Amino acid sequence: MVTETKGYSKTSIVLHWLVAVIVIGLFASGFWMVDLGYYSSWYKTAPFWHKSAGVLLLLMMVYRVLWRVLNGSVSPIPSHSRAVQKASHVTHLTLYLGIFLIICSGYLISTADGRPIEVFGLFDLPSAGELFADQADIAGLVHKFAAYGLITLAVLHAVAALKHHFFDKDDTLKRMLKP
Amino acid sequence: MKKLLLASLMASMLAAPALQAAEYEIDTQGAHAFVQFKISHLGYSWLYGRFNTFKGNFSYDAAKLADSKIQLEIDTKSVDSNHAERDKHLRSPDFLNVDKNGKATFVSTKIVPKAGADFDVVGNFTLNGVTKEIVIKATKLGEGSDPWGGYRAGFAGTTSINLEDFAIKNILGPASATVQLDLSVEGIKKS
Repeated sequence: MVTETKGYSKTSIVLHWLVAVIVIGLFASGFWMVDLGYYSSWYKTAPFWHKSAGVLLLLMMVYRVLWRVLNGSVSPIPSHSRAVQKASHVTHLTLYLGIFLIICSGYLISTADGRPIEVFGLFDLPSAGELFADQADIAGLVHKFAAYGLITLAVLHAVAALKHHFFDKDDTLKRMLKP
Repeated sequence: MKKLLLASLMASMLAAPALQAAEYEIDTQGAHAFVQFKISHLGYSWLYGRFNTFKGNFSYDAAKLADSKIQLEIDTKSVDSNHAERDKHLRSPDFLNVDKNGKATFVSTKIVPKAGADFDVVGNFTLNGVTKEIVIKATKLGEGSDPWGGYRAGFAGTTSINLEDFAIKNILGPASATVQLDLSVEGIKKS
């Protein structure tokens, strides 16, 4: 079933960059909103948008995984060494897993008492209840440190892409810009 | 010699109940005791919460109220305001800082009888690592045999504390500077 294609489709490219923007936005908003004062006008709205965007990200990521399963992965660039191919594969996998881990832990913080998550005021994502003791605290720690880890890896991912573009002058970045 | 020892032992055992007030264990097992609090939300309404895990005991004798004593140990991590995200915030260093100060304690130092069933419990309250003397306005609600062969006594008490007095910065606004603590305590007499 896993066929390898030469380049990324338009859908893959658009989703990649949308996910990049949302992930950065979620990290920045999360980093900022935890220190908001009680009387800040953002105290309630920032978490609302943060959670809504998180659920949107979940949908996009599920779509990306399905797309990849159905359409196969894109073959590595032949000029890359085995080590680079292996490293980028592991990085991509970790980025995917990291995003899912952060979304799941975020969900577990907000739904620990049975309350649903309101998504853009359009619908409620129901709670699964308290699944384990100290859920909000444990999920909170996972959410925070996984987010730091993910953003570090994402920076590495971006730096690597720029390195391939400017130093190795290969198609690594270009094929994520043009189908 | 042996006889003398036995006699004095028996004498002390017989004399003990008369000299000492009865000891009670607070009935947290059956959850007939509550440590609740309320704080103003923006000055518009009351927010109620409680601590789910605590333990304590008291000695009490109706005839010698002033000799009574009570101590209470509260697990601050068990704070429950019926909202997981808020409770997480209450456990954080912004409020109770439970990782550092997992216990809040109250140890009475003096009982001052008042009119009727009322009395003041003076004691040291430790919260967020800060110990301060507080006065709990208490009242005896009742005592007597329970239907299961035990003996119980119950009290209610209330006190107010300033958050800032216990090194908790008030970030909730001027109406929320103080927290009212409400205690409902039922003890089972130790045999």
